[in-house]
Amino acid sequence: MHSSPKYFPIGDRALLVKFGDVIDLQINRAVHTMSNALEKTKIKGVDECVPAYASLLVYYDPLKTSYDRLVFQLKDLEPKLVEFGDKEEAHEVVVPTVYGDEFGPDLSNVARAHGLSEENVIRIHSKHEYIVYMIGFMAGFPYMGRVPDIIATPRLETPRLRIPKGSVGIAGNQTGIYPRESPGGWRIIGRTPLTLFDPYAQRPTLFQPGDHVRFKPIKADELETPTKRA
Amino acid sequence: MELFRVIKPGFFTTVQDLGRRGFQRFGVPVSGAMDEYAFTIANLLVGNQLNDASLEITLIGPELEALHKAQIAVAGADFPLAINDNLMAMWQTINIEKGDSIAFTGGARSGCRAYLAITGGIDVPPVLGSRSTYTRGGFGGNEGRPLKAGDTIRVFASEQSVKAKRILPPELVPSYDGELSVDVVLGPQENMFTTKGVETFLSSPYTVTPESDRMGYRLTGTPIERKSTAELVTEALVKGSIQVPSNGQPIILMADAQTSGGYPKIATVATPGVSRLAQAKTKDKVHFNKILLSQARIQYVEYQERLRQLENQLVEQAF
Repeated sequence: MHSSPKYFPIGDRALLVKFGDVIDLQINRAVHTMSNALEKTKIKGVDECVPAYASLLVYYDPLKTSYDRLVFQLKDLEPKLVEFGDKEEAHEVVVPTVYGDEFGPDLSNVARAHGLSEENVIRIHSKHEYIVYMIGFMAGFPYMGRVPDIIATPRLETPRLRIPKGSVGIAGNQTGIYPRESPGGWRIIGRTPLTLFDPYAQRPTLFQPGDHVRFKPIKADELETPTKRA
Repeated sequence: MELFRVIKPGFFTTVQDLGRRGFQRFGVPVSGAMDEYAFTIANLLVGNQLNDASLEITLIGPELEALHKAQIAVAGADFPLAINDNLMAMWQTINIEKGDSIAFTGGARSGCRAYLAITGGIDVPPVLGSRSTYTRGGFGGNEGRPLKAGDTIRVFASEQSVKAKRILPPELVPSYDGELSVDVVLGPQENMFTTKGVETFLSSPYTVTPESDRMGYRLTGTPIERKSTAELVTEALVKGSIQVPSNGQPIILMADAQTSGGYPKIATVATPGVSRLAQAKTKDKVHFNKILLSQARIQYVEYQERLRQLENQLVEQAF
């Protein structure tokens, strides 16, 4: 493990366990390991855990426990985390994606920013395998990394008011997919017909943290083909 | 059982319960009643369970036609409420007969949100464990959207109707002023702000802007100085988190807030203050008062105890 995580109170009924300040696979694994450990150990007063890139938010019931007590218990859990390991086998998900044109209005500016052809950006983005670090921002939105530096591009300076459902974007070294139409600042390079979030399904999100993801270029006329959830 | 036909929907009327827990890890916001305090009182007044779903009414209320007899109660923002054109007090049980008209005849006189609870609770299918409407996600409540004219509201048949009128004693009715002070616990990123920035935040009033809704309250006032424009690696957010983007203007996250974000957070509003904030509307002023976590914990326990005691404090009168 890394240096010990740090603990911060968040208001009167949550705390944040911070494992680091950067997007890093090992740090992210530590976050999910603690999240899984908390699910299994059923520490009194813990209500809900929300894992992110490098931190874990823990909601607790102040009528059943306290910040100090919980921090003490979590610190006690730290050296035992290795025993919990990863929750389940990582899934592999292939994301069929139409790149460029009206489906990926920022493909051209991403290519220009790096002096690459659009074809090269597509090749690099789709050749690489990404890991889902967390789900957040909106229901089912996967934050994935790590986008190779040669195509990594910062967010738009002025976010768009409307990004269509299924849009595939880049923000720095992250790549993500919008499960619904939304405003947003990620650079949109393509679109997938996959359904990322279905609140009525047994498993509401297509992705889980730890999943391995690849993008597969498809043609625009394949976009309308009904696609089953993986 | 079909209970109401919606004649006029009001400005933004949604079905809410106490929210959707356990799915934030999938990016699903908690949603639920913005003002849990008024929501709880409305349910108690009609003898409901604490998590039974009711209507959250915002600024301009609906007009409903009763298709059955029922018991209702309205709590929260101060609205003129009329049953068949007769003005009726809020914060008490009201018997409704088939054919009655229930109308909010004007805008909120103070506060922003009221709750209309009905004995048995509103019958909509739970989605991910809750009946709360999450309009941005398009699910929960009544088809994931606010009410519209022509909708029918169903309720669960209930045996638990109250035998005598329940009234909240006037001294317990909250007042919603245009200026409020809420307690905050600093952190977790108060060290990303200058000392002057933290002082500004704790000493200047901030005004609620029209860009405030169930997702968050955007405030405007003296800019809160940050040490740099750096952002964080995205981390999870809670209701009451106060984010400060690089323009220095605070955003308080509310019931429908996104589950994660990267702006530094200067403080978090303590739980009782979140309900009071839910009654703030455009142009209202908010002051932030720093308390320690140890104080926040004591206040939280007292607040929950007050909520638990409320049922015993209701006055009963024959109908």
